[in-house]
Amino acid sequence: MTDLIRKTASELAALISSGEVSSVEVTRAHLERSDAVDAAVHSYLYQSPEASLIAAAEADRARAAGEVSSPLAGVPIAVKDNLATIDAPTTSGSKILQGWQPPYDATVVKKLRAAGMPILGKTNLDEFAMGSSTEFSAFGPSKNPWDLTRIPGGSGGGSSSVVASFQAPLAIGSDTGGSIRFPGAVTGTVGTKPTYGAVSRYGLVALASSLDQIGPVARNVLDAAMLQDVIAGHDPHDSTSLPESLGSMTAAAKKLDVKGMRFGVIKQLAGDGFQPGVAARFRESLNLLAAAGAEIVEVDCPSFEYAIAAYYLILPAEASSNLAKFDSVRFGMRVEPGEKATIERVMAATREVGFGPEVKRRIILGTYALSSGSYDKFYGAALKVRTLIQRDFDAAFAKADILVSPTAPTTAFKFGDKIDDPLAMYLNDIATIPANLAGIPGISVPNGLAEEDGLPVGIQLLAPAREDARLYQAGAWLEKAHEEIWGKRMIDFAPELEVN
Amino acid sequence: MSEITPELVRHLAGLARILVSDEEVEQFTKQLSVIADSVAHVSKAIDADTPSTSHPIAMANVFREDVVEPSLSQAEALSGAPDSADGRFKVNAILDEE
Repeated sequence: MTDLIRKTASELAALISSGEVSSVEVTRAHLERSDAVDAAVHSYLYQSPEASLIAAAEADRARAAGEVSSPLAGVPIAVKDNLATIDAPTTSGSKILQGWQPPYDATVVKKLRAAGMPILGKTNLDEFAMGSSTEFSAFGPSKNPWDLTRIPGGSGGGSSSVVASFQAPLAIGSDTGGSIRFPGAVTGTVGTKPTYGAVSRYGLVALASSLDQIGPVARNVLDAAMLQDVIAGHDPHDSTSLPESLGSMTAAAKKLDVKGMRFGVIKQLAGDGFQPGVAARFRESLNLLAAAGAEIVEVDCPSFEYAIAAYYLILPAEASSNLAKFDSVRFGMRVEPGEKATIERVMAATREVGFGPEVKRRIILGTYALSSGSYDKFYGAALKVRTLIQRDFDAAFAKADILVSPTAPTTAFKFGDKIDDPLAMYLNDIATIPANLAGIPGISVPNGLAEEDGLPVGIQLLAPAREDARLYQAGAWLEKAHEEIWGKRMIDFAPELEVN
Repeated sequence: MSEITPELVRHLAGLARILVSDEEVEQFTKQLSVIADSVAHVSKAIDADTPSTSHPIAMANVFREDVVEPSLSQAEALSGAPDSADGRFKVNAILDEE
């Protein structure tokens, strides 16, 4: 069974499709892995092995009957717990939604089911996806499989740790400012934020609607590409869903060619002030690309200096509005404050108990940014900065096909290091946030290990809107180049976890 | 310097319908002051002529055909409610009795 869980999703799909192994066997192997390691890693908030195995048996039946549902048919997957699932609780990492079972499936979940992919469980996240470490999950943090004393990234640390600890070959994440890419970088896995609108957000518990995007989490680039092909596409239920198809990501990931491609190094994110090992590996990758016939150019994005500030005004503003729906009336928790329990007092008491500190902080900050007297200098100004950032990207993409930077300034930090300092936590997102503000796609690909701590680092690739395929083409090439240098996949350097 | 005061934090929390303890007010005042100071420079980057962007990808509004599609039943829509009665969401008194 050990060899099954270490296989990639594309390998598993081929084995299942040829009948060499069944989806039930593959699914059971991953469930057994969770039994062995998840007490230590804590990737999952919820699992129902029975439901997973029923879905796997159905995938096997369909295959035997000659019905082909998708290239990933039978391959099991984990889903971040901010996506609505009709057959499983959906908490978004918050006490206020504990035990809530949605009356519908998110569009992405529907697509996974239609693709014949058994769902292994719901993965942990910072409460309402606000955080970079999972330390703000109301149900306790997930651990980094490379070092259990370190964070697995956030908000999607459940999804990154679940694939990095071989409990699932694939997972779904959501990325508002880096919540797919940062966890990917610090766990030696791959994560993509597709172009805004490429994947339907219907059924995603909204954090900041103009920034949120659902995307794939995987152990290699091809698997991520195959998953994006399954979950992408227009959805009439999401008014911001792109009407057009972006083409085959799988085909792009198989090209393995970067000759003649122009890579733009963003001056403001070129590694200055980053952890030395992160910056060193980044420079090595630039050399690899140049040696393979790619062109390396420098691009200047002066407005990026304001990106974090703009983001931490726009996000809280949108979140304060989105989270107003947790009003103790239609779903979730209700706390009665005793006598004179008017609806307003019940609401305030419920939100006091139901929300954690980071959520309260951001709602109050967002309320402040939107309040009269502050609007122009905060929220209004942030929306204008957003235009400047888009202009910087437009100018940069006139000179380069792909922009590159380290995904994050450091490798995985220790639990507790930044929990009491919100600003330090926010600075992790310095390289990932601009893409969300501009709606463009980005991927984090494993980029070797930092010399000083032996932990994985990521390289981020960014492309113009709708050009997600470029990320998979260049990402797969870089991944292969690294495997040739290091002799094996990055994830295979992760220490063995103790099993129960 | 930031204008975030304990009174302002209490006021904003009230607007956002979140009860906050004295301890939280003290903590949030400190933390939000630091955050507000650190984001205040956004207004330096722009001028009056800079257009705003509220949505990252330019899109036209879309309408769907006006046809009836399956939707949640009343029971399904009420399934997550903390309290319901007679097919409706049940809530506490809207007005104070005094």
